[in-house]
Amino acid sequence: MLSSDQVLHVARLARLELTPEEVERFGGELSKVLDHIELIGQLELEDVPPTSHVIDVENALRADEPRPSMPVERALESAPDAAEGGFRVPSPGAS
Amino acid sequence: MSTEYEPVIGLEIHVQLKTRTKMFCGCELSFGEEPNTRTCPICLGLPGTLPVTNAQAVQYGIMMGLALGCEIAPRSIFHRKNYFYPDLAKGYQISQYDIPLCLGGRLGDVRIHRIHLEEDAAKLVHVGASGRIHGSEASVVDYNRGGTPLAEIVTEPDLRSAEQARDWLQLLRETLRQLGVSDVNMEEGSLRCDANVSIRPKGTHALGTKTELKNMNSFRYVMQGINAEIARQTALLESGESVTQETLHFDPVSGRISSLRSKEEAHDYRYFPEPDLVPIVPTPEMMAAAEAAIPELPADREARYESDFGIPTDTAHLFAYEPTWGTYFERVAVEGNRDAKAAAIWVTELRTRLGADADPHKSAVVPAQLAALAALVAAKKVTAGSARTVLDKMVETGDHPDRIAEAEGLTVMEDSGELSQIVAKVISENPDVVEKVRGGNAKAMGALVGPIMRETKGRADGGEVNRLLREQLGV
Repeated sequence: MLSSDQVLHVARLARLELTPEEVERFGGELSKVLDHIELIGQLELEDVPPTSHVIDVENALRADEPRPSMPVERALESAPDAAEGGFRVPSPGAS
Repeated sequence: MSTEYEPVIGLEIHVQLKTRTKMFCGCELSFGEEPNTRTCPICLGLPGTLPVTNAQAVQYGIMMGLALGCEIAPRSIFHRKNYFYPDLAKGYQISQYDIPLCLGGRLGDVRIHRIHLEEDAAKLVHVGASGRIHGSEASVVDYNRGGTPLAEIVTEPDLRSAEQARDWLQLLRETLRQLGVSDVNMEEGSLRCDANVSIRPKGTHALGTKTELKNMNSFRYVMQGINAEIARQTALLESGESVTQETLHFDPVSGRISSLRSKEEAHDYRYFPEPDLVPIVPTPEMMAAAEAAIPELPADREARYESDFGIPTDTAHLFAYEPTWGTYFERVAVEGNRDAKAAAIWVTELRTRLGADADPHKSAVVPAQLAALAALVAAKKVTAGSARTVLDKMVETGDHPDRIAEAEGLTVMEDSGELSQIVAKVISENPDVVEKVRGGNAKAMGALVGPIMRETKGRADGGEVNRLLREQLGV
């Protein structure tokens, strides 16, 4: 069972604010996921390479040719708080 | 009796690659454009977009790996490095983790641990009353830089002093510059260096606790920052305290070191394979293309100039770090029947006149004529002093040194009758010196050489002057 400290740590990494009830609930749900991973861990997987990709494609590369960028107005269109030609955000240092 | 400590230093260098477009989209790289004018749905991390790797960035990565003697991974993949910060639109940086493009390697006396490819973060402009990071109320994000291709080079902890770290970083920079993979400008941020620093009692092998020193954007700051951190750690250990593993910021103005991130923000990047990008499996064609694009690099060039041309180490070093001058030197040496030492001297003289940044190939002085000047000196037709005057004229007019020496009356006096008269005149004018010489003080003769050279305007051959003096003084 995941401790509430562990749940809060993961929540902080994702910038999520949880109520005490949510900490309790997610602790249980995340523990189930981890239990399942541990089940897989019991298998003999020494010689099985990790599956990072499920499709058999390599080197999908792009030529270094410029394509037009978006006008700044378009780029900022969905910004919740556009200012000075940029995306204004609360100062990260202040959080 | 206090313990003597030995610093152990490793470097992490981020290099912006000199591609035309970003790492995973077709936006052009930004050089001071208006904020957010070089973005697209991919580099803004909008939903439903897919990144595609820039082939040129991969080639530059392979070139760096080959140049630094790395093993190129037969198959490498990208990972997502997750962290929440406004400089990343997606909430993660696409980087490489346990299977980087290049492994192992060496440059000079420092082993390379790995080189991997990743994307650069955006720039945060901090606004607020103070204008500084701390205490500012809001930040404005400019995503122009976000997605710029980066190569991160990680060394083994093989460096033992701040000076050595600076010198090695200069070798790396010159190597990368000549490779043509990056602008490698520290002030502009296309070359960024972090240092991992620890100390241990001299003679021991176990590594001490290391700290990571950031934000040293010049070679001088790299040296000052590392020295300050070595001093800080030494003071800690000497007072019985211990070093804490943390990320530090060096302030070049005050010379002080401060903690950059709080402990709770300790690295927890939750890497996992980037499912949107397929593996890089360098083909023989990709390897051959990268190999073919690699020019001769400074370390090789320096060794070749020393062994093939027999010129002094410092001159070989100079020409290796300034390949335009190196190439010019080679031409002069070949024109001058490979009298390379003389060629090196006169190319260095020309460099003093034109400036290190000038391209001698575009100057009025063609290699054959500089070789001819060296030959004039070697044949004792012009003294070294006069040859410098001839070179001044060559730079101005592009005339042949033979013609200049003749026209300016700078050729060595061949008529020993004239020189003989001048020697006799100077002897008669300096009876006191003559007396000393005749009295057994041979060194005093030197006092006569100066006036003779003045009379001849430097055109006399020193050996000949000495011979005539001895003859006429009967010593």
